[in-house]
Amino acid sequence: MTDNTPKTMYQKIWDSHFVHQEPGQAPLLYVDRHLMHEVTSPQAFEGLKIAHRPIRNNHSILATLDHCVPTKLSDRINLPDPIGAKQVQTMIDNCAEHSLTLYDMQSSNNGIIHVVVPEHGFVHPGMTTVCGDSHTATHGAFGALAFGIGTSEVEHVMATQCLPQMKSKTMLVKVDGKLSKYSTAKDIALAIIGQIGTAGGNGYVIEYAGDAISALSMQGRMTLCNMAIESGARAGLVAPDEKTYAYLEGKEFAPKGAAWEQALAYWKTVPSDDGAVFDTVVELRADDIAPQVTWGTSPEQVVPVDQSVPAPDDFDNEGKQIACKSALDYMGLEPGTRMTDIPVDYVFLGSCTNSRIEDFRAAAEVAKGTRVPDNITAIAVPGSYQVKKQAEEEGLDKIFTEAGWEWREPGCSMCLAMNGDQLQPGERCASTSNRNFEGRQGKGGRTHLVSPAMAAATAAAGHFVDIRQLENH
Amino acid sequence: MEKYTTHTSVAALMNRSNVDTDQIIAKQFLKKVERTGFGQHLFHDWRFLPDGSPNPDFELNNPKFEGARILVCGDNFGCGSSREHAPWAIEDYGFNTIVSTSFADIFYNNCFKNGILPIVVDADTLQSLMAEITDDEGVAFTVNLEDQLLTTPGGMQVAFELDGFRKHNLLNGLDDIGLTLQHTDRIDQFEAQHKQQFPWLWVG
Ligand code: SF4
Repeated sequence: MTDNTPKTMYQKIWDSHFVHQEPGQAPLLYVDRHLMHEVTSPQAFEGLKIAHRPIRNNHSILATLDHCVPTKLSDRINLPDPIGAKQVQTMIDNCAEHSLTLYDMQSSNNGIIHVVVPEHGFVHPGMTTVCGDSHTATHGAFGALAFGIGTSEVEHVMATQCLPQMKSKTMLVKVDGKLSKYSTAKDIALAIIGQIGTAGGNGYVIEYAGDAISALSMQGRMTLCNMAIESGARAGLVAPDEKTYAYLEGKEFAPKGAAWEQALAYWKTVPSDDGAVFDTVVELRADDIAPQVTWGTSPEQVVPVDQSVPAPDDFDNEGKQIACKSALDYMGLEPGTRMTDIPVDYVFLGSCTNSRIEDFRAAAEVAKGTRVPDNITAIAVPGSYQVKKQAEEEGLDKIFTEAGWEWREPGCSMCLAMNGDQLQPGERCASTSNRNFEGRQGKGGRTHLVSPAMAAATAAAGHFVDIRQLENH
Repeated sequence: MEKYTTHTSVAALMNRSNVDTDQIIAKQFLKKVERTGFGQHLFHDWRFLPDGSPNPDFELNNPKFEGARILVCGDNFGCGSSREHAPWAIEDYGFNTIVSTSFADIFYNNCFKNGILPIVVDADTLQSLMAEITDDEGVAFTVNLEDQLLTTPGGMQVAFELDGFRKHNLLNGLDDIGLTLQHTDRIDQFEAQHKQQFPWLWVG
């Protein structure tokens, strides 16, 4: 019997991975790909050892070192932080013991997990993918169901290749129209969160659709899906299309020859059917999306760059008023201050949200011929060695260093400040990362989330800039 | 996970209420990469003097409680954070049973994931159990999970409540992973069919 009800992409992936449901328990979902880094896996490996359980499918695993790794070359040999060094060594040992593919610090493939996995074509449309990391949502850009899990779940997946999962609701976020040349996938992501809030996606898997989404490059789609988690959603999805196939073709883990044709035929069946029903639909006009800057300590506390810091009274609900007040205190900002009048001490170009080659090109275009003021530190941290190499081949590193930026080795770096790169209390940073939580970039540090081009303009001016006003850009 | 079987063990007494997860395992021990080895840090700030030597006044340092597997303690045990390090520490130290009038919700759940049986008793029963330990330090209680019964040499017979599903898992040593592994046949079957349908997932 065939069921002709139109299905969402989420439903299709769910159906093709549903293994079993025992009465009174959560459904078991099969996991195709398991991504790993050094921070959230050690106890999972140990749990396996204690229980004498083998890894069920070690080919499903790809691991990297990213969170604790220093971005200064000299520190990568002998890690200055003993705890970080121990985590790194533990990952190396665990991968060796279980014959897992690991892109260690010496590997030319090393980088942030969510940057290196797409570079090698490890995740394909229609797959299920997990990682002990909330930004696993990134891989939804390929039309794969990808989400973050906890350490005990990491162990669960290693042992069983399955995960007990409750089904999510579905939300369609439709972005039609044409994005201005100054706005990017990052601005779409922030505008969506500004509209639905950081809890707006709770309980949902989001599918992003509309002309503005189709028009995004694969890297742009990764940036967008990366931040699905910041709206509270379990995962974000973009339907695979010609761009997806072109991106994957020829990559190390992409199917080849006859398998490629077979895979392609399947991938074309993955997108949501016409008429598929979503539990919620949200619509935005791309034309209206200006370059965004966050002013507070939650990604939803965001405004277009030509606006001002809001006051608590600007919000109609009490919770948001209180949140606004405490964010302003922490951020050291006065209501009514124009965003473009806010000076920064630091600029961070990097993180799994915005550290791909297109991000560096966009930032370099703005940085070219500028000069970072002496009182500002600007660091450019490629997401991977592949990105770094490509950027160097294109001469982008020179543009940055000539403009006074530091050009670093790849890693998570100042996205979460675990590797030694961090803000001092009270320092203010324009950052291309994904979280502006209190203390995220260092205790007392103040983070403003922006796109790469906005970060470069801010570095040059010493304060936020409306890049639409820049001459010759 | 070890199967929980009927056992007779020394019952240690900690007559304190609201023991929270920070006291069970202090923050400075959370950066470890292991899951085992937390037992040596259990109740660290109470258990050791500033110079690192055992605090003779701390209950569990009483030699009569050595080797205890049953911990009897005051109300609301395990409140605070959701960190699983707390039950890891308790289990690693050697306890497999905790008796109290109430437990914090998340902690209670986490116990079952780690082979620990939390037994809830009423206030009068707790008082009597505590009195029996005080009178005869080092006394051993018997816990029969199958019959949901705790018995003491003093003649107490304490029946306790427990969700049937959790009881089954403890008795059979099944954690969440163990549960899923019970369906290994189905996973094998699914995987075989999945491989056939998506062969490229398994090739280079
Ligand atoms: S770059 Fe930041 S968000 Fe991304 S994986 Fe690293 S720490 Fe997490």
